[in-house]
Amino acid sequence: MAIVGKERLQIISNLTRPTDERDKMTLTLFFFYLFSIVLIAAAIMVVASRNPVHSVLFLILAFFNAAGLFLIAGAEFLAMILVIVYVGAVAVLFLFVVMMLDIDFAEMRKGILQYMPIGALIGLILFLELALLAGSWVILPEVADSSVLPIDNSISNTKALGQVLYTRYVFLFQGAGIILLIAMVGAIVLSLHHRSNVKRQDIGKQVARDPKETVKTVKVKSGKGIG
Amino acid sequence: MEIAIGHYLTVGAILFTIGVFGIFLNRKNIIIILMSIELILLAVNINFVGFSASLNDLAGQVFALLILTVAAAEAAIGLAILVIFFRNRKSIAVDDVNMMKG
Repeated sequence: MAIVGKERLQIISNLTRPTDERDKMTLTLFFFYLFSIVLIAAAIMVVASRNPVHSVLFLILAFFNAAGLFLIAGAEFLAMILVIVYVGAVAVLFLFVVMMLDIDFAEMRKGILQYMPIGALIGLILFLELALLAGSWVILPEVADSSVLPIDNSISNTKALGQVLYTRYVFLFQGAGIILLIAMVGAIVLSLHHRSNVKRQDIGKQVARDPKETVKTVKVKSGKGIG
Repeated sequence: MEIAIGHYLTVGAILFTIGVFGIFLNRKNIIIILMSIELILLAVNINFVGFSASLNDLAGQVFALLILTVAAAEAAIGLAILVIFFRNRKSIAVDDVNMMKG
């Protein structure tokens, strides 16, 4: 018997109706673990990879997964900024520098095992400290209730961020802009250099040229040169 | 459907540790050290965003945005210094840096 009309609509709406909260939670947790595991694996590969180009590519993968974690946490704007700024600018900058510099990276990794024990020891100590800390704190209930900027779920994350960034935190925002400006000027000043063997146009010198100094009229006798 | 704050803190702690470990492991290669610093800053950002989600507070995301700015500026300056260092020395070995005079 064919299912038609109203009956069919009813079945479809039953299929697409959101299942209970528990199933949604499971899906969120699944994606959280997926992003986290890929993020940590990519981070390990960044540190341990033989080829710096591979390191940069794993760094890009790590940033994409961190953006996924941000999405799960509800920070959509930050996730997109992470993809644009890190993947689009910083990682490409790293890639550019790695490819531009002519370095023997294999030679550079020679003493790597020498630093493995001390690095592992310090990393382990740091991780144990962090784990001890993470296992022993609680948020006071009065602190949890008194958030500075409660998140308003009726407007989008981008709009909410814009509303505080341009009003309450406008000086911090301007400060961030100044930091970026200084970084830009600094990077240009550091990396700009004039090669001495390349001729360049100097407009000030051209404008300041005077015909009296540069043109000389000479009377040349016939049959003889200037010399 | 919120992820507990402990999950974010765990991911952040592991990522932070990997970053610190990377600085020690690749002691000679400034490029990987810079990438490890980026990983550390990313771990801090994950903590901020996790707290922001769990406390229902937007201030954490503003913090994370500012950290992102500083991290981008730091990467740009660090790589610029790296490029002029390579131009002068023809190598990027960290051991040679203390021989820079003037």
